[in-house]
Amino acid sequence: MLDLVWLVVVVPLVSGLGLLVWGKEGDRVGHLVGTVASAVAFVIGLVAFVQLLGRPEDDRSVAGTLFTWISSGPFHVDMAYRFDPLSALFVLLVTGVGTLIHVYSIGYMAHDERRRRFFAYLNLFVAAMLTLVLADDYLVLFLGWEGVGLASYLLIGFWQHKPSAAAAAKKAFVLNRVGDVGMALAIMLMFAQLGTSSIQAVNATVAGQASESVATALGLLLLLGACGKSAQVPLQAWLLDAMEGPTPVSALIHAATMVTAGVYLVVRSNGIFDAAPVAQTAVVVVGLVTLLAGAGIGCTKDDIKKALAGSTMSQIGYMMLAAGLGPAGYAFAIFHLVTHGFFKANMFLGAGSVMHGMSDDVDMRHYGALRRAMPVTFATFGLGYLAIIGFPGFSGFFSKDRIIEAAFGESFWVGLAALLGAGVTAFYMTRLMVMTFTSPKRWLDDVHPHESPRVMTVPLVVLAALSVLGGVLVLGGWIEHWLEPVVGHTEHHELAVPAWGMSIIVTAVVAVGVALAWSTYTRSPIAGTAPADADVSVLTRAGRHELYGNAVNDTLVVRPTRHLTRVLVFLDARLVDGLVRGLADRLGDTSQFLRTPQTGYVRSYALSILVGSLVVVLALLAVTLA
Amino acid sequence: MNEYLTLSMILFTIGAVGVLVRRNAIVVFMCVELMLNATNLALVTFSRQHGTLDGQIAAFFVMVVAAAEVVVGLAIIVSIYSTRRTTSVDDASLLKL
Amino acid sequence: MTAFWIVAPVVVVAALGLLFARKAVHAALSVAVVMVGLAVLYAAQGAPFLFAVQIIVYTGAIMMLFLFVLMLVGVESRESLTETIRGQRLAATVAGLGFGFVLVTAVGQTTLGPVTGLRSANEDGNVYGLAALMFGPYVVAMQLTAALLVTAVLGAMVLAHREALTPRRSQAEIARDRMAEYAATGRHPGNPPTPGVFARHNAVDTPAPLPDGSPAADSVSPSIVARGQLRDGFDDDIHVVSRQLRREDDEDEPRRGSGAVGRDGEPRRGSGAVGREEDE
Repeated sequence: MLDLVWLVVVVPLVSGLGLLVWGKEGDRVGHLVGTVASAVAFVIGLVAFVQLLGRPEDDRSVAGTLFTWISSGPFHVDMAYRFDPLSALFVLLVTGVGTLIHVYSIGYMAHDERRRRFFAYLNLFVAAMLTLVLADDYLVLFLGWEGVGLASYLLIGFWQHKPSAAAAAKKAFVLNRVGDVGMALAIMLMFAQLGTSSIQAVNATVAGQASESVATALGLLLLLGACGKSAQVPLQAWLLDAMEGPTPVSALIHAATMVTAGVYLVVRSNGIFDAAPVAQTAVVVVGLVTLLAGAGIGCTKDDIKKALAGSTMSQIGYMMLAAGLGPAGYAFAIFHLVTHGFFKANMFLGAGSVMHGMSDDVDMRHYGALRRAMPVTFATFGLGYLAIIGFPGFSGFFSKDRIIEAAFGESFWVGLAALLGAGVTAFYMTRLMVMTFTSPKRWLDDVHPHESPRVMTVPLVVLAALSVLGGVLVLGGWIEHWLEPVVGHTEHHELAVPAWGMSIIVTAVVAVGVALAWSTYTRSPIAGTAPADADVSVLTRAGRHELYGNAVNDTLVVRPTRHLTRVLVFLDARLVDGLVRGLADRLGDTSQFLRTPQTGYVRSYALSILVGSLVVVLALLAVTLA
Repeated sequence: MNEYLTLSMILFTIGAVGVLVRRNAIVVFMCVELMLNATNLALVTFSRQHGTLDGQIAAFFVMVVAAAEVVVGLAIIVSIYSTRRTTSVDDASLLKL
Repeated sequence: MTAFWIVAPVVVVAALGLLFARKAVHAALSVAVVMVGLAVLYAAQGAPFLFAVQIIVYTGAIMMLFLFVLMLVGVESRESLTETIRGQRLAATVAGLGFGFVLVTAVGQTTLGPVTGLRSANEDGNVYGLAALMFGPYVVAMQLTAALLVTAVLGAMVLAHREALTPRRSQAEIARDRMAEYAATGRHPGNPPTPGVFARHNAVDTPAPLPDGSPAADSVSPSIVARGQLRDGFDDDIHVVSRQLRREDDEDEPRRGSGAVGRDGEPRRGSGAVGREEDE
């Protein structure tokens, strides 16, 4: 099966394209086909994973070439794949969580008449993400990278009849393009400097063959790409708007695909980043800033999906932070990515379930007391909640702890910021739980919350279980060991505080965050409408406005571009068009002048004949007489 | 001899000017006939000048061709008239749209 | 030479008539004069055959054709005197004069050799000489001319032919359509009123009066109206009749049938105005 691991891409790809062209007859079974395709991919991935497990440690990497993609002089790109421990984890996460989301979508999109198309896009999304993680060449990776961007565009704007959804899709696409430019430049630079774009070759040779400045440039360009795809500051603005898509899409983007691509890219390019300390520091800074910014946004949003989106930003920030720490953090970044994939998918689907019961209302101020109305959703969401805040024994506890630990190993201040992030995470997640499930009900009229159908709750249960149990991966240092062939040996820093002491500190900070939120949101009843901007603190206001990310983009990019465009349009209209049109006008005038003898009257022509013959006679006479 | 030729030239010129200034297609046609006749006169005159009858033969052929031309030309005028209700050469100015 | 000096001015004047004649018929007549004049000049130059042909073909056939066509289309083909193309007349005159001047000057400057004359060529008679040439060296040209003539005849037939696009309608159909149209629009199915009936002038150019005395527009041919030859004599007639009536009043001897005609301004009934030439 290891030789056929590329089927994991082909199956959802063929299914997605087939669903797109199938036509109306496919409407009845299209969703099932899509789900089965994703499940088949998962099974293939699982079998391959098990086979990989059975191999000796130093042989856990399978590479292959499907065909030669580009061969132009010295530039040679194979459609090459590589299935190694890192890819294997990603394949399992993408196909596993993806399949659960597929199943969930069957129920969630049951009443949408374009459900077949939706499943086609989901399949394409999964296929593109799998291409990305299986690629053995940066250009092939870029293919998947772009495919993910395209699929996310199609899915975020799936309800294209809503202008806001269309705009959000466009925004995500454009911001991703900014990152893609970095990615494309990085690939070009690789080829220019190293003569290849193969991931293995580049990472193996970059330290020896290229100067550090080149490596730094490569690292920063890749980081730009990662920022775009993973919604890191400064390219974070699309993520919250992306909530316009159907909720399963949000879950897919946030948990299994898309935003994890940036982290994957950084981890996969560990050779480059190890050779470029400056780029690594940049990754850490970006991760930290995003971590805190996302947490801040999560604290202030009343829209349940946007609060969760802020949380995703924050958690991806953790992963980036860990990835920026070098070999000390790669494994933990991936570990947190996997556990986050479980609990965030769980919570997003749970949020979708809540919305499903609340007539698609997303404002948490209209929720409350859903604990009884939706027991299964509450239970699974609660488990996800415990996982994300890092309740001891749950998956998040292990993964986040390790990152904070590693951050302290890097620098005290970085560690402190990461610790603060954990506290804020606990705060906003508790706030979300209280407002949604436990506080008194503030339902709008005509809303009758009810539990979602089985097809939606079963994935929730599975994901909840994974959220709880995801932590086992780290027991005995398994994941570090597993990823060692790819990312190198994980060194342990000796901290001033022992590991168990660190865990206690983290847990204490989390407890403070929980207590703070609990007291804030249970002491006084929650208002049905959000207080006006003028009545809230500066921080809250900033959070509500997504830390003014849109305003910054507007001021720094959009408006100057618009002015530039206006100038260009003016120049084009006056100068270029003026020249061209002037020339055309002069030609027209000349033609008009030449046209005057052409009267269309036969007698005018006869006159010219007579004049002509007169000239001929005169010429004849002149010749004869001369 | 020169006076015959001069007369021929004068008639030809009158015919040519008539073609230019008259607008009734039938009159224009008559002017063309006048030009043909002027050349015929010149041909006959040359025939006498040279003492051979070839000039007269040429004039005869001109007459035959003129007759054919008149038949077709008048048919064209009539059919134009029947569709456009006019015989003015200016009204059929379709050469320029 | 005498013949030339008599005929040439006539020919030139007639040709100028072609330029200045207002009516196409007059132009045609002046062309006929030119043709005949030229025929005389041919005869004077030893070309009796051409003389005959000129008169028969040109004056007899071609000019008759022209006149036929003029009759066909002539009614409405009056030429307006205002020039439509700006500067055309002046330019044509200048160019024509220049052309004529150059040609005449050139001819005048040319010195021809002694005139050979056709005495020897016409020894056996002009017709025999022409025939010898025509059926000798020029026989191919002559046969081509025959082909040309046949082609011209066919061409004229094609041009004059109008394709029947619809099957010919029978009289019954026409009558049915007329009645249907009468039912639909009220258009009278019969003939339009004939001109001159009940009018003082029993002539085609006098419109028939309606019962109220006003002229019936469709009782005269539109071409007469277009030609401007409509006899506008109704009011005059009224005039005459009323004068007549006055005289009869004076003589106190009313005439029967005339009293029905009202005076000017009153509703007029034309029934009494039976055609009778007035003695003005």
